[in-house]
This record gives sequence, structure tokens and C-alpha cells, in this order.
Amino acid sequence: MMSNMMSWIEQRIPMMRVANQHAIQYPAPRNMNVWYVFGFMATIVLVNQIVTGIWLTMNFEPSAERAFASVEYIMREVDYGWLIRYMHSTGASAFFVVVYLHMFRGMMYGSYQKPRELLWVFGMLIYLALMAEAFMGYVLPWGQMSYWGAQVIVSLFSAIPYIGPDLVQWIQGDYVISGATLNRFFALHVIALPLVIVILVFLHIVALHEVGSNNPDGVNIKHKKGSLPEGEKTQYKIHEYYTEKYDIADDVVPFFPHIVLKDLVAFAVFLFIFSYILFFAPEMDGKFLEHPNFEVANPLKTPQHIFPVWYFTPFYAILKAVPDKLGGVLTMFAAIGFLFALPWFDRGNVRSWRYRSGLHKVNLIVFAIVFIFLGYLGGTPQEAWKITASQIATVMYFGFFILLFIYSKNENTKPVPERIPR
Amino acid sequence: MRNWLALLLFVPSIVLAAGSNHPLDDVDIDLTDKASLQRGAQTFMNYCLGCHQMQYQRYQQTFTDLGIPDDLGMEYLQFTGEKVSDYITTPMPAVDSAGWFGAPPPDLTLVARVRGTEWLYTYLRTFYADDSKTFGVNNLVFPNVGMPHVLESLQGTPRKVYREKMVDGEMQKTEVFDIEVTGGSLTPEEYDTTIRNLVNFLEYTGEPTRLKSEAIGRGVLIFLVIFFVFAYLLKKEYWRDVK
Repeated sequence: MMSNMMSWIEQRIPMMRVANQHAIQYPAPRNMNVWYVFGFMATIVLVNQIVTGIWLTMNFEPSAERAFASVEYIMREVDYGWLIRYMHSTGASAFFVVVYLHMFRGMMYGSYQKPRELLWVFGMLIYLALMAEAFMGYVLPWGQMSYWGAQVIVSLFSAIPYIGPDLVQWIQGDYVISGATLNRFFALHVIALPLVIVILVFLHIVALHEVGSNNPDGVNIKHKKGSLPEGEKTQYKIHEYYTEKYDIADDVVPFFPHIVLKDLVAFAVFLFIFSYILFFAPEMDGKFLEHPNFEVANPLKTPQHIFPVWYFTPFYAILKAVPDKLGGVLTMFAAIGFLFALPWFDRGNVRSWRYRSGLHKVNLIVFAIVFIFLGYLGGTPQEAWKITASQIATVMYFGFFILLFIYSKNENTKPVPERIPR
Repeated sequence: MRNWLALLLFVPSIVLAAGSNHPLDDVDIDLTDKASLQRGAQTFMNYCLGCHQMQYQRYQQTFTDLGIPDDLGMEYLQFTGEKVSDYITTPMPAVDSAGWFGAPPPDLTLVARVRGTEWLYTYLRTFYADDSKTFGVNNLVFPNVGMPHVLESLQGTPRKVYREKMVDGEMQKTEVFDIEVTGGSLTPEEYDTTIRNLVNFLEYTGEPTRLKSEAIGRGVLIFLVIFFVFAYLLKKEYWRDVK
């Protein structure tokens, strides 16, 4: 009876086939380490943001007059509204934490290299959409930082020659940041961008499953059909979609249950940290929820310091490092553009930094430190030395890509094993 | 619009000048101390509510959280509104207060989350007499503040102390960031306690769900530790055969 029903469904919609192909019988490298859990975490956080977001919209009022008050209404009078709101606000920061770690994983193990260039580009598009989503979301509570942050970011577009000022007016829907701006940001934040993000995530996963998962050794797990003796092929049941085209080495485990269980353990750890912040320190000392944002937006009163939330501060520091406004904006967008083009800056064939030169390891670690340092510079009050420091750090940020382009062509790499080392 | 960015990027020093570097005093915040919260509420309703309001917080919620029966609360603490379920609003019209003080006195529901408790505790204890100001007082942590020293009848009149000090070979009067108080119905210790209670109350109104959040949080964290153990054991079981 049950199997009859299942096959009736299967003939009409390929549920089991998709589940088998993309989870139960999907070949995942057996040496995936802890760095490989952040994609899964990002998915979890995305679901969290969507679900809590839906509940928040039930009581949020997107108008300049009521936005701030309605958030406080959610915090005080909606049953467990504070919990939903903190899940959403903590989730926003958690999203960037896991996405940054996920990106750094890709850089360490060369997951952007051929044939995963588009996978990387889709990931970058998600990152870009996520930044827009986070920015617009931050405007919605209509606190002081919401307002003044929006003022700074939107005015960036005025640097564009000729159309700049008109473009800003078009984005704002008004001569200044106003209720009209808040309203359209609400629409974009709850419908347009989440839809874009979900579609991009879907494409990211489609691309991933087409080219297969990379691993910390950067070793191929798919081999040319007929090149592996029977004894070296995996004993696990792998979907014919993969085995028809390739010989799959016994370097793999099925995604479910093996990788899922690994992710589940990491999920417990992640959730522990997430819950600790959520229940005990949701403001994260003014980093996740900035102190001035507990004061309603006031166009006549500039806050002492204006910073974007922590996840934007590296780019904010780059923006401020350039003394010319248009130059600063272009440099900031170039910083993101260079990341997009990473697969083409790296001309090497060896993926994982385990088998690459010492120079590459140093270059990558310095890049990570420079990025964090830029974040510090952009997120703390301006001082004279910080202008010079952020200029040096900006040069070093771009230096990473230039150096990579130069040395990766003829890099002194170690031999990469044919199979995943035991 | 163009100018905004220039202003923000290149002239932060002008904006900075509004602040003060006066060191902040530690304050012992304890949201479980109901007596302290009740006294803080009493001070707020009697001294602050004349000008400031808490438009996001209701009387009834406050009474419930602080363990005050509704009827007692309405009789002794509720001076505005009609029903116990009303929001805590000030009788002073914002239009008038804007004219009197230059800007309407800010809403205080969330002030502890904006300024921090240490800032509030220090601010309310560092007013000093300054005849050059409209209300005859100035403040060490909020220079040129547009607020009178409302608690002067409790604290007394604080004055800045000046001492003689050798500067460039000459004796000069140097101001010392210390305050001497005369008059007032409370001793300095009692006044500090009153302010501590008031700040404690403001911390409560900033986030009335804090204690509930931490109570649920403890349960969640304990659950997650147990969940972790089982998840780890299950993972280990499945990965036993690999390698």
C-alpha cells in the first residue's frame, strides 16, 4: 500500500530520485573537515531569517511614524516577540560570520578554481545580495543608526557623475531619507531580496552538485570512467547520475547520513554559541545591535559616530581610506569586484594550500588579518593614524590579488596525491 | 546630500567635541532586586515623569514585573493616564517643552540601552552649579546639557572645587573634577543609592524581558549540551567504519 503510493507519487514528481541524487547517494569526500560545515550553517541561518522574518512582519509597521514604536511593541507586548526579534537580529550577524568563514574555506582549499568558478561567482552574488538585504533590514527599526547609516550608504550613489544626485532621489523616493525610503526598503527586504537570495542559493547548490564538492586536499574524487580497478571504487551506494559518467574512488562517503551527522554535531556547537548571544548578550556589546539605534531616528541630530554594522566595516574602512569621494566608492566596489574575479587571479593548478608554496600561505593569512584589521579601522571612531593605516591596509588588500596573479603562474608547489591521503 | 558624506568622513572631530571624557563610575545593576526597582520607579514617577515619558512601556506591565499590585500602583505611582494599562506618558506637551528646553526631553524607555547604566549613574551625580547656564547648572559627563538639576532638593547644590596649583611658576586656581555638595535632604551615600535604584529601574525598562530571556536561555543551553552528546555519539557510530 505504502510502496504503491510512493511509486504513484514518484511517477508524477521525482521526489526520491532527487533525494537520492542530491543527498542519500551524493558522493562527498571523506576528508571534509570542520571548515566544511559553514555552508550548512548558512542554510540554517537563512531558514531562521525567513521564518522569524515572517513573524516579525506580522507586527512591524513600515512607516516613519510607527516603525520604531512597533519594534518596541514586538519587544514588549507581542508574546515572545523579543525572542523572535533577537533571533532575527542575532541571525543577521551570524549569517555573515558563517559566510565569511565559508568564503575563507573556499580560499584555503582553492574551491574557486577550475571547474568551480561559477560556483564561486554564484556564492559572491549571494554575498552581494546578502549585503543589500542586511543593509535594508538595518534601516527598518528606524533608530538613529538606521537613519544615519542609510544616509551615508545611499549618498554613496551621489558620487556617480551626472546621474548621481537624481539616482539618489530615485532610490530614496524623496528629497531626503524618509518614510517613503523606509517603505520601499521594507518591500525589498521582505520580498525582493529574499527571493533573489533563495534562487541564488538554489543555483549555488545546483552548481556545486554538478562539479562536486572540493576537499581539504583538493584531490579529485571523480576519476575517468574505467580508470579505477574495482577494488579502489567506493563500496557505498552512489547515485548512477555520478557513476555513469565517472569512477568514484573509495575516498567518498554518502552525504546522508555521514556528512549530515557531522553537520549536526557542528550545528549543536553553533547553536550553543548562537543561543548564548541571543539569550544573554543580544546587543553583543553594541556590535550586533548598536547603542544609538535604541533612539528613534532624528534627522536633526547626528550621532557622535556613525558606523555601519560590523560586517560592513572592512569595506567602510576602504571607502574612507581614499580621500576622493568617487575614488573611494570605486575602490570599495573594486574590493568586492576583485573577490568576484578571484578564480581568474589565481592561475595555479594546485587547489589546496596544503600543497602550495609558503608564499601563498603567508599571502592568504596576511589577507585574512588585513581584512579583520580593516574591519577594526572602519568600526571604531576615526583617528589620524587610522587614515594612514587604512590606506596601507587597502593597498595590502588589493596586493593579495596582484601577488596571487604574479606568483601563481609558476608557483613552487608540492606534488598533489592521486587519492585522498589516509 | 553630497555634503553629508564629506561631513561624516572628514570632520568627525567637530562631532566628537560634543562628548566628554569624564570617567564613568561603576554601578551595581541587579534586576532581581525588586525593592530597588520599586524605589527606582518611585523616583522616576515623582521626579522624571514631569518632563520625560516612557511611551513604549505600560504601567500595568511595570507593576506586574516589579511585584506591585495594580491598585497600589495606580494609587501611589500612576499620575498620568486613566487606566492601568495606559502607556507611561508625560503630561507636558512636547510643543511647549521644545520651546522651553530647546528640544523636547527625550523618551527614557530605552535610555539605558542608548547611554549605558554607568553613564546614567555618573550623569545624574555630576551636575554642578554654573551661573552661565539657563538653568544654573552644567554637567561633567554631558557638558552644556539643557536639563535642570531636578534632584537638587535631594542631593543639594553641587559645586565644582578649585584648588591652588603651580602652573608656569605662578599659583593658579585649577579646576578639579570633584564636586562639593551643600544642602539637600539626603546624605551623599543615600543619594548614590537613590540614583542606583533609578538607573536599575531604567535598565529594567530598557529591556523588560531580560530576566525571562536568561531563564529560558539557561534551559536552552543545557538542552543543547545534551543534544550535542547524542549527536556526537551518533556521528561516531556511523563514522566508525570509515577509514
